[in-house]
Amino acid sequence: MNNVIEKTIELKAPVARVWRALSDSGEFGEWFRVRFEGPFVPGQVVRGQVLFPGYEHLKFEMLIKEMQPEKLFSYTWHPYAVDPKVDYSQETPTLVEITLHRTAGGTLLIVKESGFENVPSARRAEAFRMNSDGWAAQIRNIEGYLARNA
Amino acid sequence: MFAALSDETRLSLVAALASGRTRSITELTAGTRLTRQAITKHLRVLEGVGLVRSNRFGRESLFELDPAPLAELRAYLERVSEQWDQALARLKAFVE
Repeated sequence: MNNVIEKTIELKAPVARVWRALSDSGEFGEWFRVRFEGPFVPGQVVRGQVLFPGYEHLKFEMLIKEMQPEKLFSYTWHPYAVDPKVDYSQETPTLVEITLHRTAGGTLLIVKESGFENVPSARRAEAFRMNSDGWAAQIRNIEGYLARNA
Repeated sequence: MFAALSDETRLSLVAALASGRTRSITELTAGTRLTRQAITKHLRVLEGVGLVRSNRFGRESLFELDPAPLAELRAYLERVSEQWDQALARLKAFVE
């Protein structure tokens, strides 16, 4: 079973521009919808406030792992940590690695998130329940998954 | 559960049970190069994470798939994946 999320996106912007949007916590927060309390520093935890509509009550934490300018930005975090009553810090986080690649048209960005095997089952169940809106779509996904793996 | 499904034999057992029909260890062992004991061990691992249920029927244990944990796991990954799609679309709008 595939327990890694991988996303690729082509951006019509120079690598230097994309790197700034990743490495500067203010810029990262703009598109990620988080207000960070400080800069990104490898080896350090950075805290922030979620700005996403409906989730403004949430605090947010990332441990910055690696920052190789214009190449690699990586951090660990707790994905879908949406219950303010839960102390997610006791759970093993997932690892996010964002790599940049120069292309003729700009930048190819690849996101890889791994380590979902450590997310507690109860947490997955919670995300599942909260996602009831997308239920019909999920059913199709599950059917597709089972068909592909049958 | 990821660990339970990271094994080829266990994945193939899940696939064999995916039709919805219950199967005995004998049926599940047929067509593999593994022993009954080995297959039983794999089935118990799947049972341990709630992917498979077993019922005793006379001298045999019959196994069936419980798709709920699979669906839950899949939905969780879909949810995180969806959040990435949205975040990357915002990043695109931000830098272009």
